[in-house]
Amino acid sequence: MTSSSQPARPEPSPDPSADSPPAISLRGVVKRFGDITAVNGLDLDVPQGVVLGLLGPNGAGKSTTMRILTAQSTVDEGHVSVLGHPIPQKSKWARSLMGVVPQHDNLDEELTVEENLRSFTYLYRVPRRERDAAVERALRIAHLEHRRHEFTEKLSGGMRRRLLIARGLVHRPRVLLLDEPTVGLDPQVRQELWGLISALRDEGVTVLMSTHYIEEAERLSDEVALMAKGRIVERGEPADLIAKYAGKTVEEYQIGAEGVEELEKVIHHAGFTTRRTGSTLSVLRAEELPDSLRDRLGTGMRRASNLEDVFVTLTGETVE
Amino acid sequence: MTATENTTVDRPRPGGFEFAPVLGILAREWALYRRTWAPITFSSIVEPVLYLLAFGMGMGALVGSIGGYDYIEFLGTGIVAISALFTSMFPGLINTFVRRRFQHTYEGVLAAPVDVRELVTGEALWLGLKAGVYGCAPLLVAFGFGLDPVWPMLFVPVIAAATGFGFALFGILLSAIIPSIRMADYVISGVITPIFLVAGTFFPIDQLPEWAQTAAMANPLYHCVELIRGCAFGIEALTALGHVAVLVGFAVVVWVLAVHQMQRRLID
Repeated sequence: MTSSSQPARPEPSPDPSADSPPAISLRGVVKRFGDITAVNGLDLDVPQGVVLGLLGPNGAGKSTTMRILTAQSTVDEGHVSVLGHPIPQKSKWARSLMGVVPQHDNLDEELTVEENLRSFTYLYRVPRRERDAAVERALRIAHLEHRRHEFTEKLSGGMRRRLLIARGLVHRPRVLLLDEPTVGLDPQVRQELWGLISALRDEGVTVLMSTHYIEEAERLSDEVALMAKGRIVERGEPADLIAKYAGKTVEEYQIGAEGVEELEKVIHHAGFTTRRTGSTLSVLRAEELPDSLRDRLGTGMRRASNLEDVFVTLTGETVE
Repeated sequence: MTATENTTVDRPRPGGFEFAPVLGILAREWALYRRTWAPITFSSIVEPVLYLLAFGMGMGALVGSIGGYDYIEFLGTGIVAISALFTSMFPGLINTFVRRRFQHTYEGVLAAPVDVRELVTGEALWLGLKAGVYGCAPLLVAFGFGLDPVWPMLFVPVIAAATGFGFALFGILLSAIIPSIRMADYVISGVITPIFLVAGTFFPIDQLPEWAQTAAMANPLYHCVELIRGCAFGIEALTALGHVAVLVGFAVVVWVLAVHQMQRRLID
């Protein structure tokens, strides 16, 4: 995990979903594009007031899932609902209660910051008497009050992303979909956006966030759903998943190609899980390694376990 | 200030086809237009002036009169239709393609409570309104070249807007058919050019071979031209109604086709 200037993630608030239906529900969802099955029997509930990180590599089906929720992709099988409204039958109702931050930057370049927000107050049917206040609120969320009259083409990448998020919030939605919110941004800008998303969680907005950044999922999500090949392979609080599948620490050993398979067999026989990346052999749950095995492995580099280790353990694939 | 405070605000509830999202599209277009009106207005006025100068004065000297009218009067009324066509079909084709494929604009719009029917209607309505306004520019220019203003010409903006609405939809339909922006050249040369040449704009269609006359009769722009000339020079009510029926029928058919094709492109 990289170091960060962000404050530590607060404890998740008490489960507000105990008595309420899920904000988002996908049951047995299948979506095919010709011979390719992008989403393959997806079951996923997102309780109200929770930030759920949908973590998986490119091609796992995350963006297709997001498109299904906005009815821009229709399912071949299964049932989808948002806040109790079935998709696609009542998708306009659902979309009026949902904000969407797309992966692709689709701000209007010929409009100013304020005009971009205002044009979406019309599309989201914010009542006329509330439009000015809605725009002001969104500008404050994006910290762009002082840039309101600037054309979006003059904004930095981070400002544009903040504006996209604020645009998705201009109608005060109950659910926010964030599709790879920080993809392609530099680390400093990513930190900025994490602060903004953290604030949303603290305010009780239900957020479904797709990402392939491990650190993003770990820091921002109350729960993480690991997605591979179009389905959820495991789900839970990041710390619980890491503890369950990867233990506290991982030890990484630089090894040659010779004898590596034999070495792995020995480690597996002792009940430990390994992952291999090039010439690096990582042993999960390393804090439990017996001295006899440690002596055989030699000196390794110890680090904290993370969701990537969990993902690799469960799927054999890497996320980032 | 929070992102979601007062979420119980009373808002209109979305249902089937609604005009609220159409108005939302129009509001967005108006915001964009406020930034781009100058070059659009410039070309809308300069182009017909050049046409009238080049064809009216050049050709007019050779042709003299057509059907009892000075050629410049004949041409001035025809160019109104061309202006309506260009103002609507070009952006319907190009802008729609760019917004869909490159700018991902419609992804954002359709994430809001807007459906494809409303999106297509809003885009076409805006272009139709523009065609109604800019279609009048050549008429105003033609007044300077000697065309007499008469009261029925007050219908011209309505005719140009209705024509523009239909051709904007036609442009949107074709934008959703062509697989790449380069293919737009085929549409411009193979579809738009014949439409404005074989419509009685520069010359009467009875000068054409019979098959071309039949093609012209099927061309909605011809009916727009006839209506505008009717406003300027007089027309029988029944004949006018026939032309109106063709324009309305054209708009309805291309609306259905454009919505269907855009649905296929935007919803997978």
